[in-house]
Amino acid sequence: MAQAEDTNPQPAAPLNFFDRPNSYIGRSVPRPGIKRLLSGGGRYVDDIVLPRMVHAVYVRSPHAHARIKSIDLEAVKAADGVVAVFTGAEIKEHIEPFIGVLTHLEGLRSAPQYPVAVEFARWQGEPVALVIADTRALGEDAAMLADIEYEPLPAVCDMTTALDKDTPVIHDEFDSNLAWERVVEGGDVEAAFNDGDNVIVERVLNFARHTGVTLEPRGTVAEYEPHENRLTIHYNGQAPHMMQAVYAKHLGIPEENVRIIARDVGGSFGIKVHTYGDEVAIAVAARLLRRPIKYIVDRFESFQADIHARDHRVEARIAVSKDGKIKGFEMDDLTGIGPYSMYPRSSAIECNQVLNLTGGPYDIPAYKARGRVVFQNKTMMCQYRAVGHPVAMAVSEVMADQAARAVGLDPLEFRRRNLVPDDAYPFTSITGMKFADLSHQKCAAKLEELMNYEGLKKERDKLRKQGKYRGLGFAAIIEVTNPSPMFYGVGGAPISAQDGVTVRLEASGAVHVQASITEQGQGAETILTQIVADTLGLEPERVKVTTGDTMVTPYGGGTWGSRGTGIGGEAALQAGLALKGQLLDVASVMLQTTVDTLDLEGGKVVDKDSRQDRIALDELARTVYYRANELPSDIQPELVATRHYRVKDFPFVFTNGIMASYLEVDVDTGMIELLGHWVVEDCGRVINPRAVDEQIRGGVIQGIGDVLYEHCIYSPEGQLLTTTMADYLVPMAGEMPDIVIDHVETPTSTSALGAKGAGEAGTAGAPGAILNAINDALSPFDAAIYDQPVTPERVLKALGKV
Amino acid sequence: MEKHIPVTMTVNGERISRDVAVRQNLVDFLRYELGLTGSHVGCEHGVCGACTLKVDGSTVRGCLMLAAQADGAEIWTIEGLSQNGELEHLHEAFERHMALQCGFCTPGMLLTANELIERGKAKNREEVREYLSGNYCRCTGYQAIVDAVMDAAKAAGKR
Amino acid sequence: MAEALALLNGDDSGDVAALAGGQSLMPMLNLRLATPDALVDLNGIEGLAGLEDEGEHIRIGALTRHVDIETSKIAAKHLPLFVRAVGEIAHAAIRHRGTLGGSLALADPAAEFPACCVACGAVIVTQSLTGERRIAAEDFFHGIFHTELEHGELITAVEIPKHGGRAEHWGFDEIARRKGDYATAGLVVFGTGKRALDDPRIVLFGVGEKPLRVNAAEAVIAGCRLPVSDEVIAEAQEAMGGLELIEDLHSSTATKAHLAKVLLGRVLKTLS
Repeated sequence: MAQAEDTNPQPAAPLNFFDRPNSYIGRSVPRPGIKRLLSGGGRYVDDIVLPRMVHAVYVRSPHAHARIKSIDLEAVKAADGVVAVFTGAEIKEHIEPFIGVLTHLEGLRSAPQYPVAVEFARWQGEPVALVIADTRALGEDAAMLADIEYEPLPAVCDMTTALDKDTPVIHDEFDSNLAWERVVEGGDVEAAFNDGDNVIVERVLNFARHTGVTLEPRGTVAEYEPHENRLTIHYNGQAPHMMQAVYAKHLGIPEENVRIIARDVGGSFGIKVHTYGDEVAIAVAARLLRRPIKYIVDRFESFQADIHARDHRVEARIAVSKDGKIKGFEMDDLTGIGPYSMYPRSSAIECNQVLNLTGGPYDIPAYKARGRVVFQNKTMMCQYRAVGHPVAMAVSEVMADQAARAVGLDPLEFRRRNLVPDDAYPFTSITGMKFADLSHQKCAAKLEELMNYEGLKKERDKLRKQGKYRGLGFAAIIEVTNPSPMFYGVGGAPISAQDGVTVRLEASGAVHVQASITEQGQGAETILTQIVADTLGLEPERVKVTTGDTMVTPYGGGTWGSRGTGIGGEAALQAGLALKGQLLDVASVMLQTTVDTLDLEGGKVVDKDSRQDRIALDELARTVYYRANELPSDIQPELVATRHYRVKDFPFVFTNGIMASYLEVDVDTGMIELLGHWVVEDCGRVINPRAVDEQIRGGVIQGIGDVLYEHCIYSPEGQLLTTTMADYLVPMAGEMPDIVIDHVETPTSTSALGAKGAGEAGTAGAPGAILNAINDALSPFDAAIYDQPVTPERVLKALGKV
Repeated sequence: MEKHIPVTMTVNGERISRDVAVRQNLVDFLRYELGLTGSHVGCEHGVCGACTLKVDGSTVRGCLMLAAQADGAEIWTIEGLSQNGELEHLHEAFERHMALQCGFCTPGMLLTANELIERGKAKNREEVREYLSGNYCRCTGYQAIVDAVMDAAKAAGKR
Repeated sequence: MAEALALLNGDDSGDVAALAGGQSLMPMLNLRLATPDALVDLNGIEGLAGLEDEGEHIRIGALTRHVDIETSKIAAKHLPLFVRAVGEIAHAAIRHRGTLGGSLALADPAAEFPACCVACGAVIVTQSLTGERRIAAEDFFHGIFHTELEHGELITAVEIPKHGGRAEHWGFDEIARRKGDYATAGLVVFGTGKRALDDPRIVLFGVGEKPLRVNAAEAVIAGCRLPVSDEVIAEAQEAMGGLELIEDLHSSTATKAHLAKVLLGRVLKTLS
């Protein structure tokens, strides 16, 4: 198949600051620190060893739902190497419970949740007792001696019956297992579906539960200093300041005494942005024992205790005119979230996203969506890469394809007729969603050429006559990026939507950057380096970045929701420009000229027009720091600047894109071979083309995991059956396609940098594109599949072969 | 008390003698007893490949071998192979292709790729993909890794 | 060997496990799905590794690692079926440690080597304190992780017959969702004879509790000329009913039965 080429996006016209020929913006600058990671020098949480450190092991509930009748830990306590044991009741004395609600999600409810179960265990794998021992192995030996008596209770497993009258209610304080319900409506949906001239297509789509499987499991090392009442958490997550607030509030420690440090993080994908009881209880124990404690979730536990995601059942219908214009769309989404709403982001956001985003690329005159979120006795569900998008995009894209087929239109032509026109912005959807600076039509045109659509169609049709069943499928997408305070902060969660960057000139003439966005491999530190180097005219090697330490960095949200570049990058740009102003101010005094005649380039102050060197930055810095006596006494230079940035006027910044999949279905075995995947994406200004492309590629592969492989399979009694990586199938190198990527660049007008996010687009679109390609391949048999993952068995069933 | 057994092995060219817990696996021994934390533990059941080591000239899963079984063995980890220059071409190509994001799979991926190149099997993308198919990467989607391995094999004159 | 057998048969041997390549036992230990009191590491036992042409048969030592079969000249010449199958076993790093004896003793129903051994009439040689046993592979496998091996008995070698120099015909295929995964379904066909299939064996793996011979289909293809005609293939597929299949997490028995038929057709077509 076609090989991906290096993408080198054309700069958006007109030429501006970022488009200077030697700008670092728009170049694939290598990542700082990459050699360290390549040489085994990564420092992940499990690499940390502290004096007197002990290790934690949990005893977890073997039942999906049970009353804990008694806990006898005497034998555990007496075992070799055991330092301490804790029951849920003991931990409870030292912690305020979590309640995972957001006030702006009206009606959302959740019961108080303790880190270690008290009285009731409500999912298989919920922590029930905590063992602290000299080593992990000794702790595990001891944990096996725990004598816990359970009274198994009926488990609520099937979300489709969770609201039935005769289904037990999980929480006594509630009248049902409903956590939240919302209806979104705009336009006259009934009229669209009652109009006899319209073609109506109805489908039911099922989305499996899956999980993130970060290769580095979650983990924590908690240190407590009793005399200063100071808690330090070595954290491998995405949002240090959020966790600072959470630990402070729930352990009753002043926030300023809580320090969260995140060094290298081995993948996150949203899995590591939540508050996990099994991590928080470690801090409680460390405080009580006054010893550092390490807890690393093992793979078996991570399948049971990391958040799961998706698991939606969607009934959808679409009304289309005979000439292929969408007239109405209606859907009903049901999703099960486990026994609690996850804290503090809540487990209702995914459903909310599905309601908000379905059909988002299209101009739809009438739309109605209902979502219901229900409690069940399974692992808790929450935000995982692309939150709701893979469901929303698959629903709209599958329905678009089915509608196109119903009216006899080519699927790409159908999209062209319905995608919001590029000249329509600013555009407000019928339900009030605000869109700006998007390029659906341009992207579709570019994709058609990039993939050679006509050529592939011919090849597909020719091969069909030879008994080879290939299919082509599209997915147009929107992606929510750069979220504003309207996402979480407005709902009362300690989650910052703004980020800060501090830029400081060192005496050496180098620059140190401290940023509140965090790095889990996406390239946050790379883009900060590029932007600061660019604004200050420095070599990237002379820019050093620190992230992931609440004691050091400005306050901010961290990295999630495709926000690092768009928000953190803009803060870096503004901070860099502010420092530049300060540097030129000092230089103008030293050089006895005016600021507007000076510029920065190559680590020096230069004459703006002639570009001739005037003074090197190291010389300037040394003058200011060592020999300030040479400066006039009314001047006190500040060679440091901090700027913060948040998105205003919009709840978030949408991006858009479109992708296509080409695959072959073996109709005898049900096996699917992925032959090609193409993506055209508009994430605004591209800061680092390779980093963006790699975000998209990694995202697409995760979407392929969603649609073809990944599934947290439960028994009817709520036992998780996929607890090893041999049972839970993630995408591996052998089956994945090469992905060809191109860009349209429409900078967002919400910032000077113009960058939108790109972290989730791939995951958002891949499932829909692949479902459509599969159904195209199966179309000669009048067969189709609407359930994920598409296993060989589901293909064979659709074909009536089993 | 845990049973221990004396072992002597060569790790990254250095002779090591220790009493190891009989049940401790090799990667845990390297990480926690020798401080060689470059080899990572991702699944502890031999599927993810993050703990891949070079033992007596061949890659093995560090979690599926006991430290006690390494008595007399010659072991190379990511740290040693980075220092002795064996991974030079791969390092250069991985950096250029941004063939890693979080870096957690990278040491295991590099050791597997190194063996593939050494054995002259990095002939085409399909073979590279097949050989790497036991090493899980959640970040990259593999394509950049395949690109980098192809380039490194070429640079090493093994393609 | 004597020391290993003594340890495995000692007074406290009730919960002692033998450790060969460790590629299946070690995960169980790490996940605490198995918690033996002691392990007897067989890897130091002399003379249990390697392939040898002993005239009537090829002898493969129990501690022969998968990679050594993969790269063996003897295997390339005499055991092409095993060379074909070994490439489907997991990944290189696993094949560097995993052993033939370990694979047979574990008896994972989805493993390749047990099916290959049954298909080509291999003899499994074992040793215990009471002496040596020679067990036909077909009689060796009883069920999931369950074999003819008795407590304290070890596999020492596998003998794969050369069938008196008669022409050998074999075919192998398996369906796995990802490279190196255990098979959803796999099938081996083995027979001897000049231009015809005498005494053919059809063995399925990954679909039942152990390698399953498909006698009814074997009867259909027995003695037929090569290449196998489409009519015979269809008849053989028809004869595949009545197998004792088990489902796995991702595939029902109906799917397994269907895939077995597809595989039979595909493999028979490859015979020449």
